[in-house]
Amino acid sequence: MRFSGLRVLKEGLTGNKGWQPHWRDPEPKPAYDMIIIGGGGHGLATAYYLAREHGLTNVAVLEKGYIGGGNVGRNTTIVRANYFLPGNSEFYSHSLRLWEGLEQELNYNVMHSQRGLINLFHSDGQRDAFARRGNAMINQGDDAELLDRDGVRRHLPYLDFDNARFPIYGGLYHPRGGTARHDAVAWGYARGADQRGVDLIQNCEVTGIDIEQGRVTGVQTTRGAIRAKKVGIVVAGRSGQVAAMAGMRLPIESHILQAFVTEGLKPCIDHVVSFGMGHFYISQSDKGGLVFGGDLDFYASYAQRGNMPMMEHVMEAGMTLMPMIGKARVLRSWGGIMDMTPDGSPVIDKAPVEGLYLNCGWCYGGFKAVPGSGYSFAHLMATDRPHAPAAGFRLDRFQTGRGLMDEEGTGSQHNLH
Amino acid sequence: MRLPKGGLIDRDQVVRFSFDGRHYEGLAGDTLASALLANGVRLMGRSFKYHRPRGVLTAGSEEPNALVTVGQGGRQAPNLRATMLELHEGLVARSQNAWPSLEWDLLALNDAFAPFLSAGFYYKTFMWPRSFWEKLYEPIIRRAAGLGALSGAHDSDTYEKAHVHCDLLVIGGGPAGLMAALVAARAGADVILADEDTRVGGRLNAEREDVDGKPGHAWASEVEAELAAMENVRVMTRTTVTGAYDQGSYGALERLPADVAARAGAPRECFWRIVARRAVMAAGALERPVAFAGNDRPGVMMAGAVRAYINRWAVAPGRRVAVFGNNDGAHRTAADLVAAGVHVAALVDSRPDARNDLDVPFFAGAQVCGSSGRKALEAVEIEVAPGRREKIQADCLAMSGGWNPSVHLACHMGARPEWSEEIAGFVPRDGMVPGMSAAGACAGAMSTHACLRDGAKAAQDALGELGLKAAKLPDVPDAGDAPYRIRPLWQVPGRGRAWLDFQNDVTVKDVTLAARENFRSVEHMKRYTTQGMAPDQGKNSNVGALAVLADATGRSIPETGTTTFRPPYVPVPIAAMGAGAQGQGFAPRRLTTSHAASLAMGAPMIEVGLWYRPSFFPRAGETTWRQSCDREVAHVREAVGIADVSTLGKIDIQGADAARFLDFVYTNTFSTLKVGRVRYGVMLREDGHVMDDGTTARLGEDHFVMTTTTAAAGQVMRHLEFVHQCLCPDWDVSMISVTEQWAQFAVAGPKSRDLLNGVLDMPVDGEGFPFMGCGAVTLAGVAARLFRISFSGEHAYEIAVPARYGASLFRLLVARAEEMGGGAYGMEALNVLRLEKGLLTHAELHGRTTAFDLGMERMISANKDCIGKAAAARPGLTEPDRERLVGLKPVGAVKQLTAGAHLFDEADAATRENDQGYVTSVGFSPTLGHYVGLGFLKRGSDRYGDVIRMVDHLRGVEALCEVTPPAFFDPDGGRARD
Amino acid sequence: MRISCPICGERDRREFYYQGAAVALDRPAPDAAAQAWDDYLHNRDNPAGPVREMWHHEAGCGAWLVVTRDTVTHEMLASDLASRVQEAGS
Repeated sequence: MRFSGLRVLKEGLTGNKGWQPHWRDPEPKPAYDMIIIGGGGHGLATAYYLAREHGLTNVAVLEKGYIGGGNVGRNTTIVRANYFLPGNSEFYSHSLRLWEGLEQELNYNVMHSQRGLINLFHSDGQRDAFARRGNAMINQGDDAELLDRDGVRRHLPYLDFDNARFPIYGGLYHPRGGTARHDAVAWGYARGADQRGVDLIQNCEVTGIDIEQGRVTGVQTTRGAIRAKKVGIVVAGRSGQVAAMAGMRLPIESHILQAFVTEGLKPCIDHVVSFGMGHFYISQSDKGGLVFGGDLDFYASYAQRGNMPMMEHVMEAGMTLMPMIGKARVLRSWGGIMDMTPDGSPVIDKAPVEGLYLNCGWCYGGFKAVPGSGYSFAHLMATDRPHAPAAGFRLDRFQTGRGLMDEEGTGSQHNLH
Repeated sequence: MRLPKGGLIDRDQVVRFSFDGRHYEGLAGDTLASALLANGVRLMGRSFKYHRPRGVLTAGSEEPNALVTVGQGGRQAPNLRATMLELHEGLVARSQNAWPSLEWDLLALNDAFAPFLSAGFYYKTFMWPRSFWEKLYEPIIRRAAGLGALSGAHDSDTYEKAHVHCDLLVIGGGPAGLMAALVAARAGADVILADEDTRVGGRLNAEREDVDGKPGHAWASEVEAELAAMENVRVMTRTTVTGAYDQGSYGALERLPADVAARAGAPRECFWRIVARRAVMAAGALERPVAFAGNDRPGVMMAGAVRAYINRWAVAPGRRVAVFGNNDGAHRTAADLVAAGVHVAALVDSRPDARNDLDVPFFAGAQVCGSSGRKALEAVEIEVAPGRREKIQADCLAMSGGWNPSVHLACHMGARPEWSEEIAGFVPRDGMVPGMSAAGACAGAMSTHACLRDGAKAAQDALGELGLKAAKLPDVPDAGDAPYRIRPLWQVPGRGRAWLDFQNDVTVKDVTLAARENFRSVEHMKRYTTQGMAPDQGKNSNVGALAVLADATGRSIPETGTTTFRPPYVPVPIAAMGAGAQGQGFAPRRLTTSHAASLAMGAPMIEVGLWYRPSFFPRAGETTWRQSCDREVAHVREAVGIADVSTLGKIDIQGADAARFLDFVYTNTFSTLKVGRVRYGVMLREDGHVMDDGTTARLGEDHFVMTTTTAAAGQVMRHLEFVHQCLCPDWDVSMISVTEQWAQFAVAGPKSRDLLNGVLDMPVDGEGFPFMGCGAVTLAGVAARLFRISFSGEHAYEIAVPARYGASLFRLLVARAEEMGGGAYGMEALNVLRLEKGLLTHAELHGRTTAFDLGMERMISANKDCIGKAAAARPGLTEPDRERLVGLKPVGAVKQLTAGAHLFDEADAATRENDQGYVTSVGFSPTLGHYVGLGFLKRGSDRYGDVIRMVDHLRGVEALCEVTPPAFFDPDGGRARD
Repeated sequence: MRISCPICGERDRREFYYQGAAVALDRPAPDAAAQAWDDYLHNRDNPAGPVREMWHHEAGCGAWLVVTRDTVTHEMLASDLASRVQEAGS
């Protein structure tokens, strides 16, 4: 069924009786060409592009819970391409280009809203570091503008320009940055993959990876054994556990990132705003809730819930930067499990086991990467060659020291990225 | 309509207030909701999506409909629950989400288009043409969405945060909570009793029910009085426990009464961090609606809320009230109405076997299946038997679908509650939150007596775990102990829209549509329909929606799942949780001892980490910072300059193994350093990248003092402690930060020694203090430390005195310098001076650079291990085409350099593929008469003399530069040594 | 979150700095193989369950601790001074 305004009208007139399931719930077959472990954004996008770009449809996505139940459904929905290190730069640029037009591609309104993102800076040194970043973005073919204080004021008049602890010097403006409706991205890719014949199998937890003579032959699941020639692990947040089933130990520690949403409010924040000194970023959803977050809780955790100290710190950052949000009431807080790598950048690579592929380590930047990651991972799984924009995401870079992508400059302590 | 008698209100104290510009009178003890009802106001809000007219549904913090805005400007508070807003003199409340008025809301048109606005419709449309999303569709959707509005002004209220510890936290002051607090308090435990209402008692304030032979509310007041008189008890009313966190940590929001908050400096709200060894959750239960067509009309209310308005506030919510329920609460409601003299139009009980003792029209086995009325309820339609309907005039319907135990807090750590068939609700399991037990209605105890008993028992158990013994379990007071008889009823079948989530306008049809479209998982259904995501957090609707989904998918409720309850329990203002941070409070301010003197000299201060440092010291006639900076650089190059360098980290390191320890943490060797000498050192992280640099002086055989950069002082201290305690704990070495203890000043320039000799008790010379020498000196009898080190390339010293002498020494040094043709210099000059010399700051040591990149690979001693040495030897960290440190000077027509620009070969386009490096720091060198810059360039140190193109797209600057060694001025360092 | 410091007693998480898995105590020999260093610096067991990890009582006594904590429930299972653990040759 094709979605359109006309269809909504027609169904509305006939009692909304004609709507079909957005995807099937098939029983798992005994064997597939490829299995994707993980029905989150990245896994679903991988399945979609395997079908769409490579004609591979004998594919199953195995999800232990419900599709889109991981980080794709619990993030702050920011989409941007403002990285500056080689390897990241071209990848996120490619991903943003895929975002642009994703609604038409998927025939699903993911509400990608290019409302502009502003990273504020608070010292000359920060300005120069952001200038390096902005110039790298333009070198890559993306967009960036350096705003001075007055420039920021024109966009964000409600900030505290007079008395903030860290005065606002200016900002790096990324007009093509913005947000998207996170759940819809998972659902849109799921529907697209399903329509092309991919089996999405929910409530199917992988409990083992079958390896014979150094080759993957299939997986064990709570719904039985399933054979496959190739298996992709796309389970950010749980990467270590699943990789361990193949005898691997990954350069990943799992950490908690909290996010918050307020009660619905009339429009007051039109951009995505990021506070350079306080680890705080905020936007307003189309429903009116202020969606915001901060830094990691800083300790390893699988609990999917945050703690008070970081929650308070995030609120404090908000209050020093934009005290007009004081009377917005926090409605919900939640935590996502982040695959934190030693350089803060992800891995899209073959595993040492033949036929096994890894897509992990997205730290807290995975949402914006969904289209690019799916596209590049599908390319790798289909052709056994890295896709150029993601060629830097090698697993061995930590051992060799080649091509580290440490955007934060904090080194190999996982939680500092 | 106010009833002639009864209620916990003060009939002598009239309170005037306004709503939507109309003036009304209420009574002390009223909420805004009770006062509006007393004045006959039914319409209090509009729903989110369809802008349906709505009246008050509940009498508590779960209220979904009656949300109002209070205040203006920096005090404007949207989305306040009229049910929680204490009436006070002069209260001005406004309705929200309606235009032009609450009565006549244009967007109520949405309601007519509801068939086209079904669940998730927006995922299926607004996709064409592509560019219209940001320009047209999204702005329209955004404007229509949202409820109340922020004013856009900075919050001008005061908020506080506080910490408190206790043995036992009792959450909720109803019968269970009061009993728990009483038992624990009498046993001597430190008890906090928190309740979100203005008075303890919970449902006892809303029911006609005796406890211990007196009215329930009177019993509650007596217990409160006893508790309040005990020193080990803190009764916190108006305080909602908002979240349960690890190891007995709880968050709580206290709202201060309007008259208290109005006092100067008083907070409006306080966010509490409570650490409790044990907790008893006695949070009660919330009544749930029944989904029938038109169940959202103003006048349709929860039955328990109707009783609360009658009994507590002496307000009749209608003249002709119908009652509809699936449990005995319906009968209790009808009885209370009759007792208050309110006409009961019908008592509808969906249980076929229900009996009735009241003299009211009674319908057993019947259901309310519809309602009518425009902006208020006028009649209800009753299906008295299958296919037989009767319409009954009523302006209020009291409905009860049963009660949901408030298990929310128990779920905050991720555990799920279990389904109880007996009460048709979710109840907590044991141990969901370690250290917290549940008692009373939130644990499924549905009679007052059971709650009292449960509370006493929970306190006894907690006392045992705390190692305290209850003196004697008090007799549980007499109270009602009627069984709770319920027969589940979630939805009444029929045409028309039946609301689940009143606030977000989610109907039964939306949930069944979601199920049809395969959003069958409860999480999918929630996300697709937005069920439970409105300000009431699904308190009124989640369980009902789950039941409807279960029905639509042919599963039982436990099979379908539970919903996730996340903190906070009620919405909490950002300002309360972020209290104290507005303005300057966000981070500490660290000030040097020369701060006041620098301000007095007119220096603009800039933030360096948490420190404030002077940017430059303007003099008469100077109109730009560059003029001051150039002069200050000249002072240092030609005479003498003074700079406060106290912000650099100073770490005192002592012990027999101190030298060995430094050899381990620095790449180069310190054990060979002579006493009375200083050495520059580079420190790596264990991953082989540079962490920090600085000088370390050997003051004695076993005594060193290390300096770090300002930015990395804390990180280095932590690192040193780690290396010592975790990697070599048996070494004899101790360290302590002395950054705050010493004030340290650079005295730099050709006249620096002359200046010092004018202030030191004993003059110094080149023999006693050669370049990189150090030692003890005195000035005016004060013991000081003198280091002959230079960050400017000039003959220079740093002199350190105990911090209490810093302010006077700075003034003295600056005065002497000025007499000698020099003066103070600030961060701008300091930066230019170090750039001229090619010295590094964290612009270059940005965490991704290696010693190799900095041309310091030879500083990694081959003769010993050090932190980071192994990782620095990884092939990728030493490859020749890495970006390496270079100097840059403009050689083309454009003479300006900018930091953050990228470098390209002259003929190449400025694209990522051609990127050769970037510029980290630039400054205009008055000494050399041109810009100088530092940057990193691929194979940089092999390319001295090459011309390279610098491109800064952002600032529109492009310049040709010569690649040079990093040091531009006096490269062999003769001036510092002379 | 509350953490037990063997020197100071139970304190709020705000007083502590977190570093990561206690593998940090097992620094390889300087000439160890690249794999050993990779394992030390980067690769982690990262269990969903009890884990030994390094905490620094930075805003307290300055002690580095080895804390055993459950990463799923956040339950604190044990706490000791890192120096004591290291000297005992764990």
